[in-house]
Amino acid sequence: MVALGRELGASYAFVERNFRAVRRYWGWEVVFLFYSIVNALTVAYIAPGGVLVAGQQFDADRLILFLVVGTVVWAYLNSVFDSVAFMVSWERWEGTIESTFMAPIRRVTFIAGSSAFAVLYSFARAVVILVVVALFFSLDLGAANWVGAFAVLAIGSLGLLGIGIMSASLPLLFLERGSQMTVVVQAALLLVSGVYYPVEVLPDWLEWFSVISPATYVLNAMRDAVLDGVSLLDLLPHFGPLMLITAVTLPLGVWVFGWAERYALRHGRLKRSG
Amino acid sequence: MQPAVSIDHLVKRFDPAGVGGAWRRALGRPLKDPIVALDAINVTVRRGEVYGIVGSNGSGKSTLARVVATLLLPDSGSVQVFGHDVVKDARTVRRFMNRVSVEASFFKKLSPLENLSFTARIYGLPAREAHQRIFEILKRLGIEEKAIRRPMDQMSRGQQQKVAVARALLTSPVLLILDEPTTGLDPRSKRDVQDFIREVRDTHDATVILMTHDMDEAEQLCDRLAVIDKGRILIEDKPAALRREGESLEDAFIRLTGHAVEVDEPDKTAAGGGG
Ligand SMILES: Nc1ncnc2c1ncn2[C@@H]1O[C@H](COP(=O)(O)OP(=O)(O)OP(=O)(O)O)[C@@H](O)[C@H]1O
Ligand SMILES: [Mg+2]
Repeated sequence: MVALGRELGASYAFVERNFRAVRRYWGWEVVFLFYSIVNALTVAYIAPGGVLVAGQQFDADRLILFLVVGTVVWAYLNSVFDSVAFMVSWERWEGTIESTFMAPIRRVTFIAGSSAFAVLYSFARAVVILVVVALFFSLDLGAANWVGAFAVLAIGSLGLLGIGIMSASLPLLFLERGSQMTVVVQAALLLVSGVYYPVEVLPDWLEWFSVISPATYVLNAMRDAVLDGVSLLDLLPHFGPLMLITAVTLPLGVWVFGWAERYALRHGRLKRSG
Repeated sequence: MQPAVSIDHLVKRFDPAGVGGAWRRALGRPLKDPIVALDAINVTVRRGEVYGIVGSNGSGKSTLARVVATLLLPDSGSVQVFGHDVVKDARTVRRFMNRVSVEASFFKKLSPLENLSFTARIYGLPAREAHQRIFEILKRLGIEEKAIRRPMDQMSRGQQQKVAVARALLTSPVLLILDEPTTGLDPRSKRDVQDFIREVRDTHDATVILMTHDMDEAEQLCDRLAVIDKGRILIEDKPAALRREGESLEDAFIRLTGHAVEVDEPDKTAAGGGG
């Protein structure tokens, strides 16, 4: 119990430190947030624009909501993935990688702390984006099941953590190329997960990939919850695949990280100068 | 009495081609000769002493520091810190050891207080006590109260290095590894850091391993001194005993290694990162 308490305290250290760092780089935060909001708005305007382009009436409001859910959920998932995948690179970039890896804590403590930060930080951003977008469009959110939506996000983030942690360990193996691979993974998730369209429109071979992307299930479940107010009980079927993906990728991610760390310690990849 | 650190036949090699080495192996191409950074090192550091390791660029000082600090795994041989193996029992070793390197490694936009509070948290020190000690240690090192709350990147290198030493002390290590803690500092900061090391030696029950290529520093601070060259320990003794009549320690180093301590390693930049 004492040991667990210590490790929890140590995880919190990463949450606190990273938020402090975010505050000190607030200029960049504002700029990134501004960009994300504009991006979300642009996507949402595709719906009313679509009516004009197609020259016929359709339920633009439903499409707006569909796109808003897509863009906000993606902003959240993308940010979780980004900042989880960045955990090692961040330490390296600031120059703290050796002192952090030398601390007498379990590696999962570092991973858990960095991930907790990622989830909280991304959630806060997503809320801001959603609020601003809601001000621009008179979104009909009356039917939404917010408890369900929240549950979807919580379980959905877990599904993404494993892949994020695996990506995080790449910079331990390859000094630069690691971060490049992360971008490729992100792009692939964006394409196959049905962020802005139902995955059915994809060619079969691509649609198949949507099955293994946790983001697909998060988006589907979220749309059910927000667009149609589906009850928590009826959302459960979406949770099955998510939990399965989590059960596989999360332990695998932690294992891969440990393996990558040992590789780095053996081959002098943590840091070489100094 | 159990030694603080015992290093036995420690060998560490590096693949010169980095990731390329793995490809070469896979393709059956001949491997380039590995860099032998540590070539069968034997060292015993006694409890409470300041043990110096002097050597020129690329002689293996930092590699040795990292293996002892659990940041590199040895290829063969063993390192025990107070009887705990650095590989099998890394987390125990980490609890009572700390290392200060040439580069002060901090979150640059955070203040010394924020950086050290973070350290206090990951080492499980009670927050209030840590806060008090942070101020205590930093003030003793001559860091102004104001600077303690300002971002680190507004500090001079010398001050940052003092904060680095303070961070190490905050965790109350019984083994302190100082890898060129004064390299690149102006004479004044250098003296401050050296004074502080002396103070640590006298007032804390700590064993210190000091890597340096500053001969005066080595002579002044170390109880015993080892000369390392090309990954081998050439000799080990009290600083005074390493010198012959009328010789400076610098002269003794040249006599032992055949070159001056400050030599530029030609492949240093060319060899860089890789991967
Ligand atoms: N991570 C690494 N990967 C590959 N080679 C390395 C690595 N670390 C050290 N080396 C090589 O091992 C040798 C010893 O390096 P080391 O950094 O231990 O020397 P040093 O005595 O600390 O030098 P300096 O005074 O420049 O700090 C050098 O040839 C160096 O290029
Ligand atoms: Mg060095």
